[in-house]
Amino acid sequence: MNMSVNIAGVELKNPITVASGTFGSGMEYSEFIDLNRLGAVTTKGVANIPWPGNPTPRIAETYGGMMNAIGLQNPGIDVFKKRDIPFLKEFDTKIIVNVCGKSTYDYVDCVEKLGDCDVDLLEINVSCPNVKEGGIAFGQNPKALFDITKEIKAVAKQPVIMKLSPNVTDITEMARAAEAAGADAVSLINTLTGMKIDINRRTFAVANKTAGVSGPAIHPIAVRMVYQVANAIKLPIIGMGGVATYEDALEMIMVGASAVAVGTANFNNPYATIEILDGIEAFMKKNGIEDINELIGCVK
Amino acid sequence: MGKLKMTAQVVSQECLATDVYSLVLKADEIANQAVAGQFVSVYSKDGSKLLPRPISLCGIDKEAGTIRLVYRVVGFGTTEFSKLIAGDSVDILGPLGNGFDKLDKKAILIGGGIGIPPMLQLAKELNCEKKVVLGYRDEIFLNEEFEPYGDVYLSSEDGMHGVKGNVIDAIKEYGIEGDVIYACGPTPMLRGIKAYAADNGIICQISMEEKMACGVGACLACVCKTKDVDEHSQVHNRRICADGPVFYAEEVEL
Repeated sequence: MNMSVNIAGVELKNPITVASGTFGSGMEYSEFIDLNRLGAVTTKGVANIPWPGNPTPRIAETYGGMMNAIGLQNPGIDVFKKRDIPFLKEFDTKIIVNVCGKSTYDYVDCVEKLGDCDVDLLEINVSCPNVKEGGIAFGQNPKALFDITKEIKAVAKQPVIMKLSPNVTDITEMARAAEAAGADAVSLINTLTGMKIDINRRTFAVANKTAGVSGPAIHPIAVRMVYQVANAIKLPIIGMGGVATYEDALEMIMVGASAVAVGTANFNNPYATIEILDGIEAFMKKNGIEDINELIGCVK
Repeated sequence: MGKLKMTAQVVSQECLATDVYSLVLKADEIANQAVAGQFVSVYSKDGSKLLPRPISLCGIDKEAGTIRLVYRVVGFGTTEFSKLIAGDSVDILGPLGNGFDKLDKKAILIGGGIGIPPMLQLAKELNCEKKVVLGYRDEIFLNEEFEPYGDVYLSSEDGMHGVKGNVIDAIKEYGIEGDVIYACGPTPMLRGIKAYAADNGIICQISMEEKMACGVGACLACVCKTKDVDEHSQVHNRRICADGPVFYAEEVEL
């Protein structure tokens, strides 16, 4: 049975990775699961310098999910290169480094600094709803997305995945802009901007006021968007958004995702990625499917 | 061994005071490794509630392979837990966080409200002279269980039990002295204790809490402000779940 998939020329041994920000750099979850079994590890967003993130509370539970406004706290690319990449290189899994920034310079600087690193793919976060400047501003306007993609592609040494925001009127417009600017792949969806009120404290449940909603509650929206994008562009897609079971992951694959990222489900079940992978394999065996690639985009 | 998620059997549950429950769980793998100050995350059976609830360990019985959680009912999850009875099962993740740094010095253990439970296991583990100060709003609980381990002093906001006021009032009123303070309770109490310890040159360890998602240090939800740049984060933040929940008071800003 073949489980390997191809994202922009990089072969993942299977389609399962993790959603950036839910898994650190894998260190914390390596106590629960064998990272060697993952197709790839997608790391928490890293910027060219350390970011302190937002005030607490940074999260709240919502029906069928949660919301977060961590604010991309990260240790900066220099420490990340010295600590996190060597850690991941010990495992037989692909490394997808998620890059965040507040300005074109921030992104380009960070991507350039990753040029000499032995990592497989870069995922550019132009869709974080929780930072005041930059971030999502690049991801909500096709022209801005086109421009930042071009700038990054001009300096990137690894294939570039643009991570798209669902907080737009038409996500296919954004996907087309990324494709036109030379992106090698896209990933979607980032979280949906939401708000929750703590009625006892009569204030916002999350200090940032707004926060990104994730978890099973948003899964049907993510499936719809992956389907739309798969029908709009030719680039490979990493699908994500509320994937908690193998059935959820297969939905993503069937509407056109070549790989699937598991995010919030890790918080509910630290073994979620492995259980999803085992579930997909069992499904394929039961249904006599020899190659996972037969399933990618099989629902038109 | 290390952290794990497991299904634990409920051994017993009792109500200690209004909305305060004591739950004993059979969880050998967690009990075997756990130390005072650590916590477990408890999962709801309701599929719409994804995030586990972090609850401190009030008791660890390695022989029986059980852990005891004493918690207050504050919302959906804890309401569900309060209805568990012997024979039921519940999913838990643990042991999480780091325990208290047990020093061989004359100790003052301070617990406030639902911060009292972890101090009981600490009282059992500390082999030194200790005094216990427990602060309540009104109804008291667990206080008698501390008595075998040291002198117990109470404070309550309504003055019905011990000194009228807070734990600092009790320390002053009774002239309680020690070389190290271990404390858990609401942030305003911890702030007061931190200041008191600094003023009196007493070593002080505090156990903190914050809304958590992963519980293992990956998601960066439950950070606290630190005085110095932290090595892991490279900013003035430490993770309460993974770097704490116990910190030396001078390291954190409250």
